[in-house]
Amino acid sequence: MGHILVFIERRNNTFKKGSLEVLVRARQLADEKGREVHAVCVGSGCSAAAKDLGAWGAKTVHALDDGAFDRYTPQAFVKLLSRVMDETGADLTLLCSTAMGRDLAPRVAALKDLPLLTEALEIDWPEGKKIQIRKSMYGGKVFATWVTQAGPPFMATVRPGAYPFSAEPFAGAAAEVSPLSAAGEMEGAGAIGIDELKPEGGMVDLQEADIIVSGGRGLKAPENFKLTYELAEAIGGAVGASRAVVDAGWIEHRHQVGQTGVAVSPGLYIAVGISGAIQHLAGMRTSKCIVAVNKDPEAPIFKMADYGIVGDLFAVVPILTEEIRKVRSA
Amino acid sequence: MKIVVCIKQVPSSEARVQINADGTSIESGELELVVNPYDENAVEEALQIKEAKGGETIALTVGSDKAEAALRACLNQGIDKAMIVKDPSLQGGDFLGTAKILAAALKQINPDLILLGKLSIDEENSAVGPALAELLGLPHVTVASKLEWIDDTSLKVSREVEGITEILALSLPAVITANKGLNEPRYASLRGIMAAKKKPIEAIDPTGLGLDPNVVGAAGRKISILKMEPPPPRAEGKVLQGEPQETVPELVRLLREEAKVL
Ligand SMILES: Cc1cc2nc3c(=O)[nH]c(=O)nc-3n(C[C@H](O)[C@H](O)[C@H](O)COP(=O)(O)OP(=O)(O)OC[C@H]3O[C@@H](n4cnc5c(N)ncnc54)[C@H](O)[C@@H]3O)c2cc1C
Repeated sequence: MGHILVFIERRNNTFKKGSLEVLVRARQLADEKGREVHAVCVGSGCSAAAKDLGAWGAKTVHALDDGAFDRYTPQAFVKLLSRVMDETGADLTLLCSTAMGRDLAPRVAALKDLPLLTEALEIDWPEGKKIQIRKSMYGGKVFATWVTQAGPPFMATVRPGAYPFSAEPFAGAAAEVSPLSAAGEMEGAGAIGIDELKPEGGMVDLQEADIIVSGGRGLKAPENFKLTYELAEAIGGAVGASRAVVDAGWIEHRHQVGQTGVAVSPGLYIAVGISGAIQHLAGMRTSKCIVAVNKDPEAPIFKMADYGIVGDLFAVVPILTEEIRKVRSA
Repeated sequence: MKIVVCIKQVPSSEARVQINADGTSIESGELELVVNPYDENAVEEALQIKEAKGGETIALTVGSDKAEAALRACLNQGIDKAMIVKDPSLQGGDFLGTAKILAAALKQINPDLILLGKLSIDEENSAVGPALAELLGLPHVTVASKLEWIDDTSLKVSREVEGITEILALSLPAVITANKGLNEPRYASLRGIMAAKKKPIEAIDPTGLGLDPNVVGAAGRKISILKMEPPPPRAEGKVLQGEPQETVPELVRLLREEAKVL
């Protein structure tokens, strides 16, 4: 009986939170089935850190300590992951559906001709054979349960935030590290990273942010976006935006939340001056707690919101920022 | 340069989606169907590359007769030629089945560049592009936000992920999936629509493609839908009205004590 294998992403020498969330869920599934969890991670220095993955549920970590794998290169990673799946005999391979997971998983599934379920908000292994997931479709207008027909082996990607982060649930457990070596995966690797640009004002990874403060057309003018930035800074969150303001050129597209932006599931989503159009809701309706500030009590965003303030954002937001600063410094 | 854009017809993002009584499909009778929004960015990019470098642009889809309307929309925008695989025995597969059909058709067409949208807004898998690249053995880049040519056969592709811009080098032939920020899709002009009337929609004969309906069609599905439901209802929210001096501290209290998110 094969184990569950989790692909662990690393960036800047730390394991990605989303990968650890998946690892914890993998351990729960494995415990139910009397199986083990293996992990695979790559990049320079990863084998030293790999034993720490025991604290998130990994029994064995297959670690490739090679600087050539510090950056994601699709074809090389596909070959490597598929080799580890074969050599270790995994029944279920899980990835977090980050930018990398979304890119890597379908390619591996095509190479190995395996069933792949994507973007799980929930994942289960109810019977002996089949994996099933629940996911959002049609911009959140439908939730669907998908099931594998063939397999094992199976593959699935799990949305960041689907299983909220818990710090070291298996504290004290160290994973056994099994060293991997490269086997020519980088040869003819195809698309290769040549540069990375970090935006001014730091990185925003909306998908991984616990708190997001998004601004919409209610802000009236680009310079007023600073209200959103100030609130985000006070509350320790990232800045999002509606499409209306992205299209108006007030903020770059990478901040856009929604059907044609990023889909996010933070613990707290604050929508400031956003009407709540269906395409915006598509990207944030799986947030755990939604707060809306809007002067129009009929704005559709209030139907989705857990908490709302009806009022002029120019009056509300500065006071909110101040109050948050107060409670945070207390 | 021969550029193929793989497109999909999907319900418009405005459409009211209703679940059928069988609980595993959606009511398609009156749905407004459009070209998947990200595929429109792929179409626009193909048109811009042709304008800059010359060549031929082809829109390709797998679908039923209905999907020809989506191809027609691409022709109206300026795509040169449309092709469709619409054999009923090949319908009903999962994304891997679709990727296999597209791969077989693309091997015949033999393009230099294959463009797709990063995701289709119906099933939301983001999977066909990378799967297709693997089946064709080509390099790929997903969620592209900018293309810059290095020379006639290689290019730099930017993608915005995790708050940074990654720049990747890619040589043709290759597969690229488009993000919305890549460009601003054009509207079809009247002249374009008139010109498109003469453009063919070619049905690809599947016999030469070597496809087995038991692999790529409904019978070959590796994943399927067990049930569909409306989204889980959210508990009725608390909406605070009044002076900000009162509503804001109350909101902060609720977020700390009730929702426990601060
Ligand atoms: C194919 C397609 C894809 C799309 N994808 C996306 C997407 O990914 N993301 C997205 O966001 N949209 C998307 N849209 C656009 C979407 O339909 C809406 O147009 C957009 O979300 C509206 O943005 P908004 O809420 O900022 O602006 P508006 O709809 O103009 O709303 C502004 C809101 O601000 C409020 N307001 C105004 N002044 C104040 C004030 N002083 N104080 C408090 N409140 C105030 C108003 O009451 C109003 O509710 C898409 C549309 C299409 C057709």
